[in-house]
Amino acid sequence: MSPQPAGSVRLGISGVSKQYPGCLANDNVSFEAGAGEIVALLGENGAGKSTLVKIAYGLVAPDAGRIEIDGHPAALTSPAAARAAGIGVVFQHFSLFDSLTVLENISLGLDTPAARANLADRIREIGTRYGLSVEPDSIVADLSVGERQRVEIVRVLLQDPSILIFDEPTSVLTPQAIEGLFGTLRQLRDEGRAIVFISHKLDEIMSLCDRVTVLRGGRVVGSVPIGETNTKALAQMMIGHEVPDVAQRRDLAGGPVRLAARGLTMSSQNPHAPGLQNVTLEARGGEILGIAGVAGNGQEDLLAALSGERLAATETAIELEGAPVGRLGPGARRKAGMAFVPGERLGRGAVPPMSLSDNGFLTAHWRLPLVRRGVLSARAGAEFADRVIERFQVATRSRATAAQALSGGNLQRFIVGREVLSEPSVLIVAYPTWGVDVAAVAAIHEALIGLRDAGAAIVLMSEDLDELLALSDRIAVLYSGRMSAPLPIADCGKERLGLLMSGATDAEAAGGASHAA
Amino acid sequence: MPLRLVPRTRPSRLAQYGAPVLALVFTVAFGFVLFLSIGRDPWAALHAYFVAPISSAFGLSELLLTALPLALIGLGLAIGFRANVWNIGAEGQLLLGAIGGGAVALALWGEGVPGTFVLVCLTGALAGMAWAAIPAFLKTRFNANEILTSLMLIYVADHLLSWLVHGALRNPQGFGFPESRLFSPEALMPILWPGTRLHIGWLLLPVAAVAIWFMSRHTLAGYRLRVSGLSPNAAAYAGFSQPQSVWISFLLTGALAGLVGAMEVAGPVGQLLPEISPGYGFAAIIVAFLGRLSPLGVVLAAHLLALILIGGENVQLLGVPIAVAQLFQGVLLVAVLASDVLVRYRIVRIGQLETDEAAA
Repeated sequence: MSPQPAGSVRLGISGVSKQYPGCLANDNVSFEAGAGEIVALLGENGAGKSTLVKIAYGLVAPDAGRIEIDGHPAALTSPAAARAAGIGVVFQHFSLFDSLTVLENISLGLDTPAARANLADRIREIGTRYGLSVEPDSIVADLSVGERQRVEIVRVLLQDPSILIFDEPTSVLTPQAIEGLFGTLRQLRDEGRAIVFISHKLDEIMSLCDRVTVLRGGRVVGSVPIGETNTKALAQMMIGHEVPDVAQRRDLAGGPVRLAARGLTMSSQNPHAPGLQNVTLEARGGEILGIAGVAGNGQEDLLAALSGERLAATETAIELEGAPVGRLGPGARRKAGMAFVPGERLGRGAVPPMSLSDNGFLTAHWRLPLVRRGVLSARAGAEFADRVIERFQVATRSRATAAQALSGGNLQRFIVGREVLSEPSVLIVAYPTWGVDVAAVAAIHEALIGLRDAGAAIVLMSEDLDELLALSDRIAVLYSGRMSAPLPIADCGKERLGLLMSGATDAEAAGGASHAA
Repeated sequence: MPLRLVPRTRPSRLAQYGAPVLALVFTVAFGFVLFLSIGRDPWAALHAYFVAPISSAFGLSELLLTALPLALIGLGLAIGFRANVWNIGAEGQLLLGAIGGGAVALALWGEGVPGTFVLVCLTGALAGMAWAAIPAFLKTRFNANEILTSLMLIYVADHLLSWLVHGALRNPQGFGFPESRLFSPEALMPILWPGTRLHIGWLLLPVAAVAIWFMSRHTLAGYRLRVSGLSPNAAAYAGFSQPQSVWISFLLTGALAGLVGAMEVAGPVGQLLPEISPGYGFAAIIVAFLGRLSPLGVVLAAHLLALILIGGENVQLLGVPIAVAQLFQGVLLVAVLASDVLVRYRIVRIGQLETDEAAA
């Protein structure tokens, strides 16, 4: 890294445009990051953040515009060229081989063989200097998500980049791990590097960054110092209008147990996931049971076991409205009152090339009279799709539009709407607002609360603690395939949940949280 | 003038219908040069390919007769392929239909039972289904790859037929030739068009095409098959079982292929021979894809393929070597499939691209 006076522009992007078929991803975007500052790049999904990162890292060639590094024009024709120019990127999705060691993974990513000399020592040294301790000889599969992210950061730091870009780095971390990451980022900033922090979490940006640049619809809508703004103003810049408030929680006495898992044990199909060990949960009518946890702790298996995509070992391991359903598939469970919003919208929750009309049938036909004697009723299907589109304000030209043509937020509105309008008594929801625009988040939260108030039991799985805290009546934590006893929302501090998410026992978490408080 | 392919945001209607026409024009131009280069009159050769087969009533009837098996099997295969079920063994299912139907025809030989041909067709369809049930069972029970099992069963079926016409079903008065007796008249498919070989089995084609279109578009079973093909994860999420897709696809195609086999031996062939199909079961795979897996497309593609099969025989009479005839057929198929690119992409000059974007 070449020394530069504080405040001088290290990364200067000016007038960058990128056209994809049917979508202008970046429209005359200009962006600067100076030496010794952390600049947030804020925007909703689809605002053009990822495209800008890909351009800066040489993965995508812009149609127009120029990039300067330390004041000199740079031709970033490939990631190797970008790395040579001093740019390092820590991506949201890690590119690590699970079965290799940390050392092997880092070694594979290096551009020159010379860089491999004394690699293990240098990994340890960087680890000590920046609080990123990782053992070079451990196997990646054994590492937590936070540790894997450290490996990615160490890998990037080995090249001593002057410009560091972090793409949504906190989305998979516990609150404690986020604090640790922020410490590292501040240290890197103070060394005179330029840090670009990409996020849509306003609180994090306010506490970490020095300046924020907001993207909307591929254009820069503003760039302001953190001291001159607040979360409300930023949210408004990001979505273009006022943020609707989520309806308030109302206290309900516990209704009947609608969904129960009793001693559910299951091995995982993914060799690196922990499976489920003796998971017990009860969701009552009129409540939202939140399930917190860091990804990869058995979430996929629990969802598949509850929805019926994977059958339990015994009938009684899962009960729906008091009846044993452990050996029944998704169709039979839906008939008995269940509905399910999966985490993956396109390709699981909806069939990408099919119309919204056809996608309405997908699950609703189990519960609503959309099929007569094996023949689909086109009229009933169209009416149902229209009802979902209208009630959930899905922005689409018509019900004949293909699911893949909808934005993430609109498709999620449609899927949540389809499940809610199937009038279930139990709804299982996974990551309902992941990558969804703020207006859709509010609409989805409102729908969940409405369904809860109508007496349904809702199981909400989310990686977003704020979302869980805002909606849930009780929260349980899934760690390494085991479920903690659910805590009433009043007892759910972020600190305590964070400890549970990193494997503390209930008693330890309760003690640790009160100690910290 | 550099050109570039740019993906279309939606398939173009014009390209969808225009691309096959363009492919045909290209093929004709290629054929012109090809036949000229081997010293044959290109006009006569092209005439033999595209005009002669349909310029007489008999020619037309032969075209329909050849297209019938291709279309019926292609309709079944298209349903399966849409559901990601890869039945490559329709040829074997066809042979079993021929054996089953033929066995009934021979068992009732000389008995004079009216309407025997109906029984022949039904037995053929059931035999084809039974043969198709084997890969379906292996797939659903043991997750054995259906491409391999169905393909291998073709060879088993082929040898089974050969063994039977050399043994149990051989004509006792046939001087030891590996052939069965000629079927009695009541076991033969009644002729639909007097003076030709076109039989009443042809009437099943529109019925099957409409029924399969309706099944695929308007029934829950067809919907499930489409979902399984487009997105297996969505099918699992919605609770559609994969075994059901496999069974429906295999049994449907097996029944149609078996029916075709029975109608071949009770129709134009009239007896059991060691060779009864010129590879209809394989050609139907091409037909299914050429027809873009849609019922109407499959029916049209079957007639196009029948045309070039018959045309290929015609040009051999003009002294064109069989290899050249097959080369020409191959070029037509490649051109049709390659023209698909135009449906999904548009060709743009590099300079033009920028102005397009400026406009957008």
